[in-house]
Amino acid sequence: MKNFEYARANNPADAVRLVGDRPGATFIAGGTDLLNLMKDGAQTHDRIVDVNGLALTDISHGNGFLRVGALARMADVGAHRAVREKFPVVSQALLASASPQVRNMASIGGNLLQRTRCGYFRDTGSACNKRIPGSGCPAIDGENRGHAVLGVSDHCIAAHPSDLAVSLIAVDAVVLTNGPHGERRIPFGDFHLAPGDTPERENVLTHGELIVGLELPLTPAAAKSQYLKLRDRATFEFAVVSVAAALDLRGRTVNDVRLAFGGIATKPWRSTDAEAVLRGRALDTATIDAAGRAAVHGAIPRAHNAFKIDLVQRALSRVLHELGGVR
Amino acid sequence: MRVNVTINGDQRQADDVWEGESLLYMLRERLGLPGSKNACEQGECGSCTVYLDDVPVCACLVAAGQCQGREVRTVEGLAAGDDLDPVQRSFVEAGAVQCGFCTPGLVVAAHDLLRRVPEPSDPEIREALAGNLCRCTGYEKILDAVRLAATRQASGAEAR
Repeated sequence: MKNFEYARANNPADAVRLVGDRPGATFIAGGTDLLNLMKDGAQTHDRIVDVNGLALTDISHGNGFLRVGALARMADVGAHRAVREKFPVVSQALLASASPQVRNMASIGGNLLQRTRCGYFRDTGSACNKRIPGSGCPAIDGENRGHAVLGVSDHCIAAHPSDLAVSLIAVDAVVLTNGPHGERRIPFGDFHLAPGDTPERENVLTHGELIVGLELPLTPAAAKSQYLKLRDRATFEFAVVSVAAALDLRGRTVNDVRLAFGGIATKPWRSTDAEAVLRGRALDTATIDAAGRAAVHGAIPRAHNAFKIDLVQRALSRVLHELGGVR
Repeated sequence: MRVNVTINGDQRQADDVWEGESLLYMLRERLGLPGSKNACEQGECGSCTVYLDDVPVCACLVAAGQCQGREVRTVEGLAAGDDLDPVQRSFVEAGAVQCGFCTPGLVVAAHDLLRRVPEPSDPEIREALAGNLCRCTGYEKILDAVRLAATRQASGAEAR
């Protein structure tokens, strides 16, 4: 790890200024990803601004929204009663993430900014367009079992690692920020960026812009939602594929549905195409299968990850059968 | 930089701490508390598990500056002198210790579980210990130890 300066922020404006002033500065909350990235040399900073003193840990609800402070810890949000009752998909995604120790330390805001687990990105001995733009992507013709099949480009196929983010995009969360240019509300679907020609840019935050919280609209679909995570071992592992589904049925007919996917895409992946197949239709196996085909339309498999295209459709089928009580 | 932190109930101060140091390094190399073990240094193995403000975390993934003004309880802080904590005694009696390197972290993780969930099911034990790896693969005896500690805790509570 390279030398850096450690600063503490006493209020959000302080935090924004301390990072905004210095191109090499960044925030630290839980630090569970940042510190590993700095140890590995995948990321270097000359100033770390500790934001843990800011009063951003509250979880509250009212006026049709649940609000979660950016510094609330994964374990606390996952176990929170209102989250479990109104947004089971979010609670399940959180409790299926990482290990107890990491969930106790890692913040909600930081979770959204964690970097990909692509081995080439984390290894400073490898080329990587995300780490060193223009250096190449060894994953495209290399070890790509864990990589994305959707949202990929010729420059990067790294999968986004967050379970929480997949659940949040499914419930239309809004990211609240405070930055050098004031406060912003960013719809979750606009927050993360697919790699395109600039894989080093992973979200729309500007330098010095701090996530201060999330706003989750209370909906009937969100209250009946589920997260299914398939992985190589039972726990403490990233998703091979995951599905976040929220479903509001009127009788057998789909009144509202939100579908998002993890492990298969370069960013938290919402499929409005798959939702459109289901909305207004009777929920049955044939419709569910059609939604699955729509979800993976345009997928680009590589040598080792083509299995994900089948697996994610089966995962979606299981979730919708369970949520909808379809036999 | 200077770091002030409460450790096992005592106010401690460390000077000339490098900003890149972890809480684990401070504990082991500066404050004379080598119970927490240094293995993976990336939050994967749990050998360095300590309580930070009463919740278990991996000390290797806590930057020194992040502990300023906070409370840490290490494995050394579980026993009252020579009187071992029931979780520690259960590990000894169940033979849950092979090479011993993962033991301090597992003891802290199990201690936390039994505070929150006095009679955990096996799946609950497994999930609570998922962040702790035993390279000797001695998990069966470790599960035995946690079950034994839970039973003991329950009968102790009844006795009182």
